[in-house]
Amino acid sequence: MRRQIIEEKIFKALMIASLATVFLALLAIIVIIVARGAKAMSIDMIIKLPEGGYYLGKGGGVANAIVGSLLLTGGASIISLALALPIAFALQREYIPRRIARVTRLALDVLWGTPSIVYGAFGFVIMVYLGIGASLLGGIIALSLLMLPIMTRAMEEIIRMVPMQLKEISYSLGTTRLETTFSVVLRQALPGVCTAAMLAFGRGIGDAASILFTAGYTDSIPQALDEPVASLPLAVFFQILTPLPAVQDRAYASALILLLVVLLVNLVARLLSARFSRNIIK
Amino acid sequence: MKRRMAKDTLTGWSMKAAVLFANLLVFLVALGLLYKARPILASKSLGHLLTSSSWHPLKGEFGFYPFIVGTVEATLLSMVLAVPMCLLAAIYLAEYAPRRLRESAHIVIDLMAGIPSVIYGLFGIIVVVPIVREIGLALGKQNTGYTLLSGGVILAIMVAPVIISVTMEVLRSVPAEARETALALGITRWAAIKHVVLRHSMHGVLSAIVLGFARAFGETIAVMMVIGNVARIPRSVFDPAYPLPALIANNYGEMMSVPLYDSALMLAALILLLVVGGFHLVAHVILYRIEKRW
Repeated sequence: MRRQIIEEKIFKALMIASLATVFLALLAIIVIIVARGAKAMSIDMIIKLPEGGYYLGKGGGVANAIVGSLLLTGGASIISLALALPIAFALQREYIPRRIARVTRLALDVLWGTPSIVYGAFGFVIMVYLGIGASLLGGIIALSLLMLPIMTRAMEEIIRMVPMQLKEISYSLGTTRLETTFSVVLRQALPGVCTAAMLAFGRGIGDAASILFTAGYTDSIPQALDEPVASLPLAVFFQILTPLPAVQDRAYASALILLLVVLLVNLVARLLSARFSRNIIK
Repeated sequence: MKRRMAKDTLTGWSMKAAVLFANLLVFLVALGLLYKARPILASKSLGHLLTSSSWHPLKGEFGFYPFIVGTVEATLLSMVLAVPMCLLAAIYLAEYAPRRLRESAHIVIDLMAGIPSVIYGLFGIIVVVPIVREIGLALGKQNTGYTLLSGGVILAIMVAPVIISVTMEVLRSVPAEARETALALGITRWAAIKHVVLRHSMHGVLSAIVLGFARAFGETIAVMMVIGNVARIPRSVFDPAYPLPALIANNYGEMMSVPLYDSALMLAALILLLVVGGFHLVAHVILYRIEKRW
């Protein structure tokens, strides 16, 4: 018995140490990126486009990447949403048999796990097929493939939580599936749907591998769908690879912007779901 | 009434079409990549491509062996570093931690999972690479810090949220009665966890590890920023390596100008898809079974 107690004490200490290490790693990442980024941060970084000689340390900022990232992820969010919402609704029992729903869930989980570089490569295949080069459109296609499973799966989890009795009350009034879905299920699941969309947005805006060869990179803001577009993760990536310390500092500043955007999106998603869930019947 | 029914039927069909699309997407991606990879598969056998170490695109030689070894070794290294720690942390959170700690840990883990990989890579360059370099030099190994070990460490940090959150969920799905029956025998909590809880959730914990493995296997940007990208088989953890995803990401620029190059890279992407997809398939089927059982 004594041995058991000693063993428990040892393992408990190990567990707490492990948990602390994980938390410390996260803390270290945030603190270091914020500290290094804040040093190089200026208002120019956010509002200015790269000027001549920017990559040699001269003036300008990464406004092209900020706007580019928002365009890419915004566009991809709209496409994903247009597909994710019908899929998530269709996975209800009224529409398709449970077996098929289960297979679909599995397919979505596999898609969720697929490396983003694979979506980048597949996006490239589509682009070659359609005959377009690295462009805003190409990036949006690749990103929406990446975001679709994340969004759908998160929405579906929420929609599945809507109590069947609630739907049955609506059906007993003689409504169709569509009417019940829109006026009961969607209203109940709305906070979750918003959270799911934000979650996917946060994933999408931080992803670099899928847009590396589909979106390209440019110093200006694209005026049309077939023009290449800059993005924040790639701005970080390209700037850190340059040998000049002045440019590397800008990689830290760009990373700080990216981190803040991602954290903000996560925070808003949480607040949204907390705020809306007041109107929900449990 | 007729119009309402027609609307319902019409939307019903389009929603089913969307579901069909989601199911076909996996195959669509695989077929698209296969279509592009066909030229290289026609010129050399798959076995030769996977086992040859000669990577000279200009001479038409595409041996994937060093890249496969690089990926597998970096992933295994990250598993060695991450698995014990993550399992211990997850057991603590699921079994010992007070509710408030568990809930705040959920937030922290979600946050960690949401941080973009390029930021993990940057952290690697600022912190991990110099430390690894010093350790290597202290051990008498010439190295730049951009090594297999740096890649393994960064991957270990990145897979932690996956392994911890899935393990926690699996452990919490073990019925309380099982735990209480064991505790009623007068053994310690840890003994109950070891003999009852972990035994109950063995498959689930294994799936969590497999999911972590799959995540590390396909990770691109963060690894490629710290691992050195030298196409040679590493002899120690202080040698650089060159994982498969990094190969694809690094060479998209040249791939259109060299014959068969794009085909080879698409084959690499296909291999990644099949390996990672396969792991996910197995892990999720096991996890679904667990959910259904309890």
